[in-house]
Amino acid sequence: MRPRLIVVGAGMAAGRALERLIEADPHAYDITVFNAEPRGSYNRIMLSPVLAGEKRFAEIVTHDAAWYARHGITCRFGERLASIDPAAKIVTAQDGEVLPYDKLLLATGSAPVIIPLPGHEVDGVIAYRDLEDTERMMAMGPGRRVVVIGGGLLGLEAAAGMAARGAEVTVVHLMGHLMERQLDATAGGMLAESLRGRGITVLCGANSREIAGEAGKVRALLLDDGTELPCDLLVMAVGIRPNTALAAAAGIETGRGIIVDDHMRSSAPDILAIGECVEHRGALFGLVAPCFDQAEVAAQTLLGAEAVFTPRDVATQLKVTGCALFSAGDFAAGEERDEIVLHDPLRESYRRLVLEGDRLIGAVFYGDTRDSAWFLDLIRSGADISAIRETLIFGPVAQTVPARPALQGVAA
Amino acid sequence: MDGMELPAIRSTCAYCGVGCGVLLRPDGQGGALVTGDPDHPANFGRLCSKGSALGETLGLEGRLLRPRIGADDTDWDTALDLVATRFADTIAEHGPDSVAFYVSGQLLTEDYYVANKLMKGFIGSANIDTNSRLCMASTVAGQRRAFGTDTVPGTYEDLEEADLIVLVGSNLAWCHPVLHQRILAAQALRPEMKLVVVDPRRTVSCDGADLHLMLESGSDVALFNGLLNEIDRRGAADEAYLRHVTGAAEAFGAAAEADLSVTGLAPEDLAAFYDLWIGTKKVVTIFSQGVNQSSSGSDKVNAILNCHLATGRIGTPGCGPFSVTGQPNAMGGREVGGLANMLACHLDIENPDHRGAVRDFWSAPRMPEAQGAKAVEMFRRVATGEIKALWIIHTNPAVSMPDADAVRDAIAGCDFTVVSDVTARNDTAQLADVLLPAAAWGEKDGTVTNSDRTISRQRAVLPPPGEALPDWQILAEVARRMGWAEAFDYSGPSEIFREFAALSGIAASFGKDFDISALSDLSDTGYRNLAPVRWPVSAARQGGRFFGDGRFFHPGGKARMLPLAYRPPAARTAPRYPFRFNTGRIRDQWHTMTRTALAPRLSAHLPEPFLEIHPEDARRLGIGARDLVSVRSPQGGAILRARITDAVKPGDVFAPIHWTAQTAPSGRIDALVPGITDPVSGQPESKAAVVAVEKFDAGWHAFAMTSGALDLSCEYWAVARTEAGARAEMAGRDAPADWEAEARRIFGLSGGVVQSVEDRAAGLTRLAFHEGGRLRAAIFVSREPSALMRDYLATLPGAEAIDVLTGRTPADRPDPGPILCSCFGVGVNTILRAIEEGAALTVEQVGEVLQAGTNCGSCRPEIAALIAASARREAAE
Repeated sequence: MRPRLIVVGAGMAAGRALERLIEADPHAYDITVFNAEPRGSYNRIMLSPVLAGEKRFAEIVTHDAAWYARHGITCRFGERLASIDPAAKIVTAQDGEVLPYDKLLLATGSAPVIIPLPGHEVDGVIAYRDLEDTERMMAMGPGRRVVVIGGGLLGLEAAAGMAARGAEVTVVHLMGHLMERQLDATAGGMLAESLRGRGITVLCGANSREIAGEAGKVRALLLDDGTELPCDLLVMAVGIRPNTALAAAAGIETGRGIIVDDHMRSSAPDILAIGECVEHRGALFGLVAPCFDQAEVAAQTLLGAEAVFTPRDVATQLKVTGCALFSAGDFAAGEERDEIVLHDPLRESYRRLVLEGDRLIGAVFYGDTRDSAWFLDLIRSGADISAIRETLIFGPVAQTVPARPALQGVAA
Repeated sequence: MDGMELPAIRSTCAYCGVGCGVLLRPDGQGGALVTGDPDHPANFGRLCSKGSALGETLGLEGRLLRPRIGADDTDWDTALDLVATRFADTIAEHGPDSVAFYVSGQLLTEDYYVANKLMKGFIGSANIDTNSRLCMASTVAGQRRAFGTDTVPGTYEDLEEADLIVLVGSNLAWCHPVLHQRILAAQALRPEMKLVVVDPRRTVSCDGADLHLMLESGSDVALFNGLLNEIDRRGAADEAYLRHVTGAAEAFGAAAEADLSVTGLAPEDLAAFYDLWIGTKKVVTIFSQGVNQSSSGSDKVNAILNCHLATGRIGTPGCGPFSVTGQPNAMGGREVGGLANMLACHLDIENPDHRGAVRDFWSAPRMPEAQGAKAVEMFRRVATGEIKALWIIHTNPAVSMPDADAVRDAIAGCDFTVVSDVTARNDTAQLADVLLPAAAWGEKDGTVTNSDRTISRQRAVLPPPGEALPDWQILAEVARRMGWAEAFDYSGPSEIFREFAALSGIAASFGKDFDISALSDLSDTGYRNLAPVRWPVSAARQGGRFFGDGRFFHPGGKARMLPLAYRPPAARTAPRYPFRFNTGRIRDQWHTMTRTALAPRLSAHLPEPFLEIHPEDARRLGIGARDLVSVRSPQGGAILRARITDAVKPGDVFAPIHWTAQTAPSGRIDALVPGITDPVSGQPESKAAVVAVEKFDAGWHAFAMTSGALDLSCEYWAVARTEAGARAEMAGRDAPADWEAEARRIFGLSGGVVQSVEDRAAGLTRLAFHEGGRLRAAIFVSREPSALMRDYLATLPGAEAIDVLTGRTPADRPDPGPILCSCFGVGVNTILRAIEEGAALTVEQVGEVLQAGTNCGSCRPEIAALIAASARREAAE
């Protein structure tokens, strides 16, 4: 009999882990997948294009029912686990069924943070997390008023998606500029201008005080300064919190997330965790690239191979048509740091590179994000850029050596 | 209408002393199409890069169109009255020698004649000198000492018939390209023809030469004394011819004393040269500024003439010393007496009979009895206040004179300075009290004489713009207002020419060479249609060579050989000023660029002033390839771009002469040259100053280009015209705090869309200003000179150029590189690619593939050098 692997969660990390496992050895495990959402893996990142009407949901499904069937995976979609008993190596399903496991992979993901503002429980206050939220937003047609709290990646994608469908959208952001974790003030300002250009009201430095309801439904968001923003739907996109309750209840060590080692092993034997639910060396993960890396490592660990997860610099991209942006690495200003800044109003573009000595350590691009992979590589590799510093910001095309080196230093 | 259907007007090129014939056709847009005249005996249709671009220099940009007093426009009457009154008053109060004219080889013979007549015959002073003083006064002096008069013995045909050409102090390939092309063409037909270059610098003229003698600066007298001694020692002297020569024994005696070590040449090189020279019957020794511009220039000339006289190699086909002159009408100036030490028609001021004859001919009220102030002395007298009223015509002494800063200050301090010119925008015109708008080259009618005594007509193709007038007319108007109306009542240049020709007949009666008396009754039509003709033109004689018959112009009819001794350059190198500072020209610019800088393609070849310095010296001084250098002499300083090259010897440096306060204020290299002159000729020693060189410690460098004008004020800048507008190199010690504000000031821009890149820590700023989607201007600032595709960038203003700040062509487009062939705009890289890809292995093939070098041919030596360098690289690999 094959060892039994139970996977909790069918998000993008779980999907990638299963794929790698099966690629390596299709018969290594007898696999069962539990998923709270009543479906298998889809590309959650692509919900924004679905919301914006640029893609259909079917187009973003990465693992459909046929895929699971083909690989003999037992799918228990729409079902949660009630508990885990690491000592007995069993899990109890919502319906009370007890299943033994040899290996357990937790990919429980994260839950959106809901700010407990007065009135937050009225109908019409939602997060932006899954297909259900997306469908709710897609229903906001022309003329409906929507307030989005949170000017981060998700909030802006939600806002742009609904605006594209004709809704009157206001973004309320606590910080001084949008996407402050990914963008500097200049790029954040350009982004706000671009969003305003498509009819979205952007309020930065705006503190929410209360959600006003009427007949159990949301009516308006009230701000600290007394501003009242009437709305038919209020979307909170202020962050995520790893889903750790199931693990914590089982006595697995958790901090902000489920604590894992470099092999993605939790504190409990034979229990691994990956994705947005984990905490690795104090870090949480909200972007897909490291979650995929973790999935690769977990698959190796499950196969008894040696693999180590190394966090690397990740880049951000906003999936809002017409708002290309890219940021990577550490772009905070600092005494030991140099900056190279490009303003290009002809391309409505802004680029800022942050250097420490002769290394590129951070980049923020707005508008023209061509070559972002090249810059990300430079940040990751820590390559010495001193020889190309003058033209670095223009990207790889400016570095190619012409057939005849004709770059004259001077006219004479 | 492009004017091609109209009959072409035959005229003469505005530039060097080769005197090429051109065909002019008005283009219907205020300009003219210029092509070589296939029938002109100087060039037979060839033109160099400068001549080919003449049509691009005829626009009215920068033209002076109205008389000005101070900064204000005025009318001719007011201006001329003021000039006449001030000159008359000054003469009345301080005497004739308190005024002076400083004129130019740019003047037509008729203009020159009137100027000389006014000063020497009516004002009564000999204080008229010409910028030809800076060019070939030493040749005049040398020829007068040897021949008894200022005669060029041979003709251009001799250059083709010679079996050995020796270039002494002449970068003929760049400075007289058409003659160089004639020699190369002759050599192609007769490969046995040899070429030797004597020059302290390896120039493009050395390409293909059989021997290059890289002698110590100023040691020519020793070299030719060595030759004369060898001639004597080997019994190679022509005893029969020496019957027509005096002083041979003394000259041989002095030559025997020559210490050849001062030449710095290896004995085997000297021997090779002497063998070749003595062993070849038909030798032409061409000499130019490297000989003339020296404190021993006259002796250098005579050292050369001695050798030709001793061997009788003069005045016969393929033989002779040959002076090539720098200006279109330097020779005409010599003929009319434009020099302070000459009268007219080669007559002598100090000779009372000559003086009397001219006085009678002119009905002149007073004549000077002694030489006037030669150029350097003239400006010294301006500085001391002895000369109080000065009229400068078509020349730019504030740039071109030695000790140029002092000359500039002297002019600025002169009580009354009149400048006649085509532009108000040159360093000298800006110092004038009265500015008189003169007709320009394409508008003038008269004659010029070239280096082989050929008189050619210059004919107008365009009407003078605004109120501009021909120079003879301006001069005659002033003369009339000074009370000499009758003597200056000319109806036009033909009448002046006839008078001049008649005077030459009188000169001939004194046994002088210059006799064009057969033209003294030329009708107006005859003058209009006058074909190029080589003087003399008299009843007795027409054209041809002089001295083959052994008849000279000294009393007694013999030539004189002179005993000569080497004298080193006057300025001595010393620890404080360890370098010998040579100066010269570049291929595509002429003098102070007032015309050539108007043609974008002429500015593309070498758009920045530079200093050639040997790699060893550069290394020792910590000077890198792109650095600027500060050059100081006891007289002044300059900042120039370093060009590290073994074309100069260790201890020698070289800089071109062309840049001015208008184009590169720190590149005015005559500010470094001392006012030391040859004691005989008065010609300044422009090629042997002593200087100190150090790296210029720039805090920032910048390259800029614009579709408009540039207002530059930093420590170093050089601006050049482009098709798109202008380009500039800049540098300074302290960078402005706000580069965008500074760039807006420089470009004169208030609006526009600005692209920018800034790397403060690295001192890098790049700014591009766009208006209406097109690039207006851009600047690239960096701590060290940036690697940029400058020639490509210079084309961008006026175009859509969204990626301009990358400083390079799009990745898929090759960079043509600096323009080498200015006729067809072919860049160095394009040519190198063709060579390296094997598409072109010879200069001819480069021409077939790329057209480069197929028009004027001025760039052919450089193409040959690229091919040779490429072959050397391959061999090394």
